[in-house]
Amino acid sequence: MIPGVSINEILTLTSILFFIGVYGFITRKNLISILISVELILNTSVINFVVINKYLYPELLQGMLYSIFIIAVAAAETALAVAIIINIYRRTGSVAVRETETMKH
Amino acid sequence: MEKLIFYILAVIMIASAVAAVSSRKMLRSVVYLLFVLIGAAGLYFQMDYNFLAAIQLTVYAGGVVVLIIFSVLLIQHIEMELEVAKKYRQSISALLCLMGLSLVLATIYAHPFEATGVTTTTTTAEVGRALLSTEKGGFILPFEVISVLLLSAMIGAIVIAKGGNEIEKSPLEKIEAEKLLEEITKEVETEKVPEENIGV
Repeated sequence: MIPGVSINEILTLTSILFFIGVYGFITRKNLISILISVELILNTSVINFVVINKYLYPELLQGMLYSIFIIAVAAAETALAVAIIINIYRRTGSVAVRETETMKH
Repeated sequence: MEKLIFYILAVIMIASAVAAVSSRKMLRSVVYLLFVLIGAAGLYFQMDYNFLAAIQLTVYAGGVVVLIIFSVLLIQHIEMELEVAKKYRQSISALLCLMGLSLVLATIYAHPFEATGVTTTTTTAEVGRALLSTEKGGFILPFEVISVLLLSAMIGAIVIAKGGNEIEKSPLEKIEAEKLLEEITKEVETEKVPEENIGV
């Protein structure tokens, strides 16, 4: 644990970051910007796992290992999302959400 | 000292996150996201999880951000500005997010967390043993599943990004091409008619 910093302060920081990510997810109109917001949300959830593991159960490792798995899944998700976005751009010439309403092949 | 560093990190992370979701230039918002991820790695270093901080720096800051930057560069011009949502939509979503945030914060501060106060150092060897142990509480099965997932995601990304053989034109171009084709056929027909008349 960080000396002098309580768990509530770190959880406050992560929830502020989480809702900033949610705000970006709602207001952005571009696929890549939405991907950035999703990365923010995933990252705050990872921090939450780690913080709760460190402060409440410091002798266990489960939260930290789960955060490693979340990071791996996030990396796979980003690679797939970037591939899909590039393919959509080649087909429609745009990455705006409004112009990707049909997803048929 | 640690408290001061934590507050500096928190301010940097929140400011960069706000800039990342509100910047109108896409490349800049990716770089702001990079600052948030590096701040998270700093938090892990403070909590004495060195291995996790190294993973955060290499996978997130090194891999994911570079991937997103490449896609931005492939898709848009650097100086192109994004369109933003309308003002009233922005304020409505900001209000919704503030309501959700206050709800979550109220729940967090109402819950009595029983922090143990014990500080233990986790070595990388312990992490490796826990990841590969087959005993109760071991993580060997998720570890193997995640490796298969990464492999399949890699193959899927290659297949999707490669695309089919023919690349479709954009719908607008298609419509214009169809119009052009109709005009040409009309012209050909009108040209044909007088010739037939002459023949008769």
